[in-house]
Formats: sequence, structure tokens, C-alpha cells
Amino acid sequence: MAAGGSIDALSQFQLHPALGAIGASVNFTQANLMMVVAGVLTFGLLWLGMRPRAMVPGRLQSAAELAYETVLGMCTETIGPEGRSFFPFIFTLFFFILFGNLLGVFPLFFTFTSHIAVTLALTVFVVALVTVVAIRLHGWHFFSYFVPQGVPVALLPLLVPIEVLSYLSRLISLSVRLFANMMAGHVMLEVFGAFVVMLGAAGVIFWVPAVFSLAVNVALIGFELLVATLQAYVFAVLTCIYLHDAVHLH
Amino acid sequence: MSDETGEDEEPPSFEERLKAARSRQGLDAPPPLSARDSGDLGGMSPWGIGLRVGIELVSALVVAVAIGWGLDRLFGTRPILMAVFVLLGGAAGVLNVWRLFAPRPTQGPKGQDRGR
Repeated sequence: MAAGGSIDALSQFQLHPALGAIGASVNFTQANLMMVVAGVLTFGLLWLGMRPRAMVPGRLQSAAELAYETVLGMCTETIGPEGRSFFPFIFTLFFFILFGNLLGVFPLFFTFTSHIAVTLALTVFVVALVTVVAIRLHGWHFFSYFVPQGVPVALLPLLVPIEVLSYLSRLISLSVRLFANMMAGHVMLEVFGAFVVMLGAAGVIFWVPAVFSLAVNVALIGFELLVATLQAYVFAVLTCIYLHDAVHLH
Repeated sequence: MSDETGEDEEPPSFEERLKAARSRQGLDAPPPLSARDSGDLGGMSPWGIGLRVGIELVSALVVAVAIGWGLDRLFGTRPILMAVFVLLGGAAGVLNVWRLFAPRPTQGPKGQDRGR
């Protein structure tokens, strides 16, 4: 049944030039367009939200204030009092990823966080920042981070490379977590969407499983909203934890 | 701050002001931190934990294999360094998972006094 058409779940992640001929000449793809949209939405939320400067906030201002306070709380609780200086970075990161994830749920929009190139670039930036912060705050003492405490010196040549690898593995774990979650969700959506079309075309008997697939897709969209928010939060919280390690260096 | 009498009108109670002052000085930062130091495992589903552990294990291995492969190319010692780094990467992955599930009481004070 319906074996004629194969499910093409991955072509949704292909990049196409956006904005017509100008975009094509500078390789401006729909992923870049979505990044710009995410940035504009973040800016718009804060700018339009905070424009009334009302004592009793309206809906948009409440959202903007809630966003600000949530991220500020995340910074100060996780990093400590020093977290305030990293607040602009965490806020930008969180909302860039959050809007990137959420925009992908809408039809015809593209999820730029479903590309490992994007998430890895973000992660490289985060890890580089964490390292630079640690070196600036602690100088050469930073390298004691890789020396576990209470270990005989004879074992250090074995343990220091392991610690360094564990430190560097943040690059992969942080980026793959976001990328895999977003990509897996969209592949599942695509697969069940294709089921609906194929079963629907296969004949009246198959309309019952087609409706079931449609119901699964509806549930998946809701699940995707949860995953999109959760993964943006996880990315930001893990960045905060890494920054806490860099600031406190235990 | 200094010209405030504080006797006749104190809308925030003494406990609240003490808490605010302590958190401003960073004295209260460790307790909420040690609870989430190893990455918010508390409210995670079994699926989430499994995914997290898998990613931690594999990511260390991927980094190690990449470094070993690169160093082998650099020095022309084709299989040796990569084999060594696979072992180190596996160990680093286990270390990552240990950090995830490390018992909190032993980790909390250690991180605290080193941080001072």
C-alpha cells in the first residue's frame, strides 16, 4: 500500500536562496532570513513592549518584563551575583534560539536551529566566551581547572587529557542536543504528514489510519512547541552553568 | 541607605532585607546552585535523562576521535594516537556522566571553598 511514493523527510532541511536575485547572488538563504526575523521579533518584543512604560503593564509589556525577569533570574541564580554582567549575552542567546525554534513550528517557515552548522557555531562562541572569561578572571590559574583535586601526581598525565576532553565535549553535547531535538521533531512531523497524504490517497479503507496520523501530527505540533521552548531554555541554562564554572572555577 | 531609620516604616521585613543583602553579597548563591549544578536533572523525564547521558557519552568520544584523527594526520602516526584518544574519550564520556549524577553533598562544599 502506498509504496509508490517514498517519504522524503530530509529535503525540508535544504537551503534555498531567499529574497530573489539579490539573495541568490550573496547566498542569502531562508535560514539567514529566519535568523533576521528572529532578531527582529526579539527586538520588536522589547521595543514595542516597553514603549508605553506603563506603571501597570499591558499584555505586551508584561511579556517583555516577564522575559527580562526570567532570564535575569536564570543568570543570577545559576552564575551568582556576577551573572548580571552576562545577562545581555544570555538574553540574546536565549531569545535567538527560542524564536528560531518557535518559528520553525509554523508552516512554510524554516527552522535554522535544525542545522548543526548553526548550533555548532553558537556553541563554539559560547565555549570560547567561557574560556576567555575564565582566563581573564583567573589568569594561569584557569588551567588548574583541568587538574582534579586529591589525585596522585603519577595519574595526572592520564587524567588531565580526560578532563580536557570532557571540557571540549561541551562543544558537541551542547550543539547536538539542540540540533538533534529540532531535527528529530521536524522529521517526525514530515513522516506523519506524508502518512496522511499517502494513506488518504490509497483508498477509503485507509482513511481511518490517515485520520489517526493527522491526530498524531496535531499532538506532535504541541509537543514541538514544548521542545522548542525547553531546548532554548536548556541551552541558556547550560551556558549559565558553564559560565558559573568559569567564574567560580571549582 | 544610611539615613534610613528603619524603625517606624519597614515594608520589607528584616528577613527579606537580610536575604536580599546576603544574595547581593553572594553568600546565598551556593545553595540554589548546588541543586542545579549538575544540570537540572531533578525535573527530567527518564527519556530526557537517557538522551542526556547518551549525548554526553557520545560527544566526548566524537571530540576525542576528531582530535586523535587530526593529530595522526599532523604527525603521520596513523592509527596510534586515534586509538589512544578513543580510550581517553570513552573515559571522558564516563566522567561527564559521573558529573551528571555525582552525589550532591560531596560536590557542594568542595565547589564552594574552591570558589572563594
